[in-house]
Amino acid sequence: MPVKSLDDLKKIKEQALAKRAIRDASARARVTVAMGTCGIAAGARDTMKAILDAIEKDAITGVLVTQTGCIGLCEFEPIVNVQVGDAKVTYGKVTPERARVIVAEHVVGGKPIREWVITR
Amino acid sequence: MLRELALHILDIAENSLNAGATLVTIEVIEDTHADKLTIRVADNGHGMAAELAARVLDPFVTSRKTRRVGLGLPFLKQAAELCNGRLTIDSAQGKGTTVTASFQHSHIDRMPLGDLPGTILTLVVGYPHADFVYRHSVNDQTFEFDTRPIKAELGEVALSEPEVIAFLKKQISDL
Repeated sequence: MPVKSLDDLKKIKEQALAKRAIRDASARARVTVAMGTCGIAAGARDTMKAILDAIEKDAITGVLVTQTGCIGLCEFEPIVNVQVGDAKVTYGKVTPERARVIVAEHVVGGKPIREWVITR
Repeated sequence: MLRELALHILDIAENSLNAGATLVTIEVIEDTHADKLTIRVADNGHGMAAELAARVLDPFVTSRKTRRVGLGLPFLKQAAELCNGRLTIDSAQGKGTTVTASFQHSHIDRMPLGDLPGTILTLVVGYPHADFVYRHSVNDQTFEFDTRPIKAELGEVALSEPEVIAFLKKQISDL
């Protein structure tokens, strides 16, 4: 990797640490995308990309986005789990469009979108 | 059905991570002179016993507890064989697994590579505790991306921070 890139990284690190945007429990929200074969076939990669794009575009800090495998609800894929504080919500059929709305209204705004939640 | 080789790569890498891999090396080798396309995913996960490795291409064999079928590798094997290629799995318990799929590059039925940078970005951010090496070559040109120097520099900064996402996207620009 070129030296210039490493310099960029140093700056990014300083800025992030100043905002305490670190990996551990200080994250204000956790978003988990299911990425089993079923999720991938249903479009989970593009859902994940839409979430990352929204975070980048709106400069949303303190959100930890990770992945998990198949959770056995294949018919509802792509599935995204959002945890804000202790409250966990599982969304089904999360298209990139829905993902952008979930980031804005639930992750940032704190209001879950009830009609997209998997209830069973 | 997965319609891009990039989605198959994501699917195989998910297996690697479920097998406890801490380093996953993804290679896409395009040799247009030999008319061959090879994709390889190598991991240092816990590997499989010879008996299981011989059976994972059977769609009714999976280690998953949530369902009784595993379709990822059988579909990729079929796709490779339809394009005059093959799929091989080398695995050793305690050492890791390497999956290699080859295709006739120009074959009319060969799946497009698809969004390779999207697959790599998803894996890198989605599995912050694993490292990834991505190498894509087209004849004598090679693009390489390695998360290890980036993570050494970032330390405890989360990979899903907006500035880091922007940085990673720029780094994974590919050929």
